[in-house]
Amino acid sequence: MATDFSFPDAAAKSAAAKPDFETEKMSLSMGPSHPSTHGVLRLQMELDGEILTKCDPVIGYLHRGDEKIAENMTYNQFVPYTDRLDYIAPLANNMAYAIAVERLVKLEVPARCQAIRVITAEMARISAHLLGLGAFGIDTGAWTVFMYAFEEREKLYKLFEELTGARFTTSYTRIGGVSRDVPEGWTGRVNAFCDQFLPILEEILALLTRNKIFMDRTVDVGVISKADAIAYGLTGPNLRGSGVGLDLRKDKPYSGYEQYEFDVPVGTKGDCYDRYLVRGEEMRQSVRIIKQAIAKFPGGDWYAKDARKIFAPPKDKILTSMEELIQNFMIVTEGPQMPAGEVYFEAENPKGILGFYVVSKGGGVPWRLKIRAPSFCNLSILPKICVGSLVSDVVSILGSLDFVMGECDR
Amino acid sequence: MSADATSALKAKFPQVTGRASADHAAVNVPIADLVAVLQYLRTEAGFDHLADLTAVDWAEGVSPRFTVVYHLFSTTAHGYIRVTANCADDTQPSAPSVVSLWAGANWHERECFDMFGITFSGHPDLRRILMWDGYPYHPLRKEFPLAGIETPLPDDEITAETGTKAIAAPMAGGPFVASVGEMNLTEAEPRAKDESWGERSSQPGQTPLRQVKE
Repeated sequence: MATDFSFPDAAAKSAAAKPDFETEKMSLSMGPSHPSTHGVLRLQMELDGEILTKCDPVIGYLHRGDEKIAENMTYNQFVPYTDRLDYIAPLANNMAYAIAVERLVKLEVPARCQAIRVITAEMARISAHLLGLGAFGIDTGAWTVFMYAFEEREKLYKLFEELTGARFTTSYTRIGGVSRDVPEGWTGRVNAFCDQFLPILEEILALLTRNKIFMDRTVDVGVISKADAIAYGLTGPNLRGSGVGLDLRKDKPYSGYEQYEFDVPVGTKGDCYDRYLVRGEEMRQSVRIIKQAIAKFPGGDWYAKDARKIFAPPKDKILTSMEELIQNFMIVTEGPQMPAGEVYFEAENPKGILGFYVVSKGGGVPWRLKIRAPSFCNLSILPKICVGSLVSDVVSILGSLDFVMGECDR
Repeated sequence: MSADATSALKAKFPQVTGRASADHAAVNVPIADLVAVLQYLRTEAGFDHLADLTAVDWAEGVSPRFTVVYHLFSTTAHGYIRVTANCADDTQPSAPSVVSLWAGANWHERECFDMFGITFSGHPDLRRILMWDGYPYHPLRKEFPLAGIETPLPDDEITAETGTKAIAAPMAGGPFVASVGEMNLTEAEPRAKDESWGERSSQPGQTPLRQVKE
């Protein structure tokens, strides 16, 4: 008699057998205050054992009504509110908002102002990605990365403080310019930071890139296909991690990004590990952009001098000249004067594409200001990618999506 | 590229009209044709990325009052197009859902419903997203005051536990909100100190600091 080699495996056997206990699905609420939900995000999950069968993100805990507030104040007054969208990279938000409003009045700021904005936005990107990697590291069991990353962020904060007067909520841009010119020797210090940052970045990435634990928790976890990424409106490193090379700095350049050479890294699989790799490489590219911008840092005006109804002149001029005093008074009380019209501008922010849709009926206050928040769109894919994964994978997925609730809830 | 897309679109759909815009190509579409136009733009004109979906309230008494606005982006040709459609009804506005075209429209439409009260017909799961379920207002409508409106607490259990029946209007009384017609800067300013006494009225139980002889 021939030997029968077709042993039924243990799992199939136990599945066929009638269980001697009742099983049922469990619902679990993760958040809103949970260390790995990065803010006040709540996930209402339905679990079968440890596998998610349903995931419903509940957002809105940080809703402040920014869009309503914007309709009730002048354009410049809203700049501090943009700090609090993606509060990890306020300088990039400031810039996106300022450019959106400037597009409304078709105002082009001088080359020096554009270069300042590019440098600050790229520094903000480095700062945001460092925090993103640090927090991702903690989520996946690597504490050290966070410590290294925060030391570098501290250096960046020192530079931000020197430039804007604030470490965190910078409110740096104004419509038609920035709040002040760069201080003496600041660009040199930024350059020095970049030089010392590159080897440290290699060290930080070396802690994760071939780390067995980190790879086990991220490779092939939370895979987002190209088609899904586009259908759900994903942007930024999350979209590029899925292999779509869309980067507005390259594809729809603004603020003079077309003069700088840099590469846009894209992933191949679209898993958490790819998103991590993309962020790591983007920091190197940001350093490249900063160094180029400093190397050919233009002189000249740092604000739009001709835009008399848009930009309030520097303080020393206000205090000494009648016309500038009147100009300042009008802009502060009535707001920068905008024509009627509507404009939609998107900027490539660290978290993805931040868009502002401004509807104006003329005057100094917008009729409607819609903020297209990248974190909002990026999170909307959670119900799709979390189903079928383990609870611990959800932590990896959240870390790799790198969202900010301040921006998501607005 | 965008100009070509607009003229091709107008050739295919003659009911589409141009829209004034300071930047990108923009078209007005009758709301009945909205899904057909967006489908055409997505599949044939290459606008595969729904960048943004929102609405504008043109104030009470204006007709049409609500306009839904779609911003599409082409990830291959790198151009934008703005598609707008006026909602037919000013009191019960509605628009067709485009979740079948872009899965990402789901949350955008929920937000639009939450903030403006526009119902998206055909949406798989139309409920509030930023405000809580059962919240009675639509905050981005123009008649909604900046200060907010006092609202019943969402949960009876919390009411029973805390004895609080309602959430006060978040910004009523300042610092940024003053009632129209009653602007008084001294009163509208934010203060943390005890204002029940001052130069004009003495602190309860104490003699006035300055005695003014009549």
